[in-house]
Amino acid sequence: MLEQQLFNALSLGCVYALFALGFTLVFGVLGVVNLSQGAVFMVGAYAALTAITKMSFPLWAAILFAFAFSGLVGVLIDRLVLKPLRARDAPHLIPMIATIGLAIAINSLVQGLFGAENQRFPSEVLPQDSLQIAGVSVTVLELGIILVSFLLMTVLMLTLKKTQLGRALRAIAESPKAARLLGINVDGLFLLTSFVAAGLGGISGVLIGLYSNALFPLMGQPMLHKGIAVIILGGMGDIRGAMLAGLFLGFAEVLSVAYIGSDMRDAVAFGLLFLVLLVRPKGLFGSVQERKV
Amino acid sequence: MLDYLDNFWSIYSNLVLSLGTASLLALSIYLTLSCGMLAMANAAFMGIGAYTSSILTMNYGWPFPAAIAAGMAAPALVAFIIGKPTLRLSGVYLAMATLAFGEVVRLIIIRAEGLTGGALGLNGIPQLTQWWHVLLAVVLVLAFLARLRRSKIGRAFEAIKEDETAAGLMGIDVNGQKMLAFALGAAIAGLAGVLNAHLTFFIGPQEYGFDRGVEILTMTILGGINSLFGPVIGAFIITLLPELLRSFKDYRAVANGLILVLIVLFMPKGLWNPQWMRKVLGLRKKGVTP
Repeated sequence: MLEQQLFNALSLGCVYALFALGFTLVFGVLGVVNLSQGAVFMVGAYAALTAITKMSFPLWAAILFAFAFSGLVGVLIDRLVLKPLRARDAPHLIPMIATIGLAIAINSLVQGLFGAENQRFPSEVLPQDSLQIAGVSVTVLELGIILVSFLLMTVLMLTLKKTQLGRALRAIAESPKAARLLGINVDGLFLLTSFVAAGLGGISGVLIGLYSNALFPLMGQPMLHKGIAVIILGGMGDIRGAMLAGLFLGFAEVLSVAYIGSDMRDAVAFGLLFLVLLVRPKGLFGSVQERKV
Repeated sequence: MLDYLDNFWSIYSNLVLSLGTASLLALSIYLTLSCGMLAMANAAFMGIGAYTSSILTMNYGWPFPAAIAAGMAAPALVAFIIGKPTLRLSGVYLAMATLAFGEVVRLIIIRAEGLTGGALGLNGIPQLTQWWHVLLAVVLVLAFLARLRRSKIGRAFEAIKEDETAAGLMGIDVNGQKMLAFALGAAIAGLAGVLNAHLTFFIGPQEYGFDRGVEILTMTILGGINSLFGPVIGAFIITLLPELLRSFKDYRAVANGLILVLIVLFMPKGLWNPQWMRKVLGLRKKGVTP
């Protein structure tokens, strides 16, 4: 029983980690708390749904489509809203408010187009099989979620750590101005970051949509709240921290549902966050900086 | 004419009065922002005020003024208790810790079913709030804040906002002043909660969650925090926009969200920006950017 729970926790935690990854990437590189990330997550789920039901894509192609589509939404958001604010050097609360407005607009646009009621993926596209691994019955769907998440996370980590592109991104995270002086194409990388981050958000939307098999226009909001908790737990802008904290939240949630009660589920993230911040003001994995005079 | 007014009032009185409570909320977060703290627990403080006072008037038959006082004191007390550990956080971390605290409060409200009605909320709160209560509350809070701005405390807040370390070196009790701003803001939010609860006669835990917290911040930032009028104007816009956009029907919230984005894009200092207004109204020069 416990093994079963742990496995569920792993698949849920993977999706949280994936979502938080996109979220923290935007914060790290662009320096923006992008509160429209939850809406982009939902857009990804609906894009995959449309690709499957209207264009009869197979599941894998629908996931790719969702990545590309939500990535494009992310690019649009950056070009139309965040870039002008960046150019003006607006204080960082301002882009936050702008992305709140965007989230409201996107959420209700999708509600207008698809209706407020729950939608489902058609059952024939969902893999139904399950395997027995070490006495635990594992659905192929969950296994797929875990594999896709780990694959994406590994690719991203390697890119950031080992490649020229990754070094450039880390330089921008340190200081966009200095990076520009070094000849790094800062604008291009901002664009790329927006695309990838939103794409990751979109994919995690599809995965959660598959996991819970319920799509609704506000499905991104609880995810956004959890994402915020996760990236703070992980230390703002810290990629590895966000991943670990995402997995951690998955376990904390599933175990609290199993042992405390299901009505606590959505409060676990914030309860944890509140407690952790009291003890470690910069998050679980963040390093504490001395205050400079 | 009187008939017309009567009619107008019977339809819109709730809307007009919620302009008042929204203004109070915007002013409550303005107070902490003016001390340089991005604290977002105001929705929770509003909830604490609303629940405390409603339980007192419904179950214990307290008179309204006493319930108001209790509804302001309770959140201030809670602010004092959680302020000790949380106020040493800064920036986004403070924002998130206070938002997280709000979720914790919501959870406690849901869990304490016997007292608060749990997830179903409290029903049948006596409608004790009169229109002039709201007006008076807004005027008093505005007057109080205007006085505070010009006092020694207000200047200390300003100094802390500009540079905490420097303020400390000048002999300002930084932690004490921050605590004061936090607790005062909580009391104002509690007042808004009391008035609102005794107006709508129903309250539920969902009203004081994450979204409300974000909405309160949005009002204040949108209006601008350089003057007391900013938050009030922001509160008016955020409350009235959905009503004004009724003709968009299903896509009302789309327009609402986009207008928010446009305001932020084109009025970076908030709506209440005397410089900009002067430029538009009088001394308009083409091609000159400030």
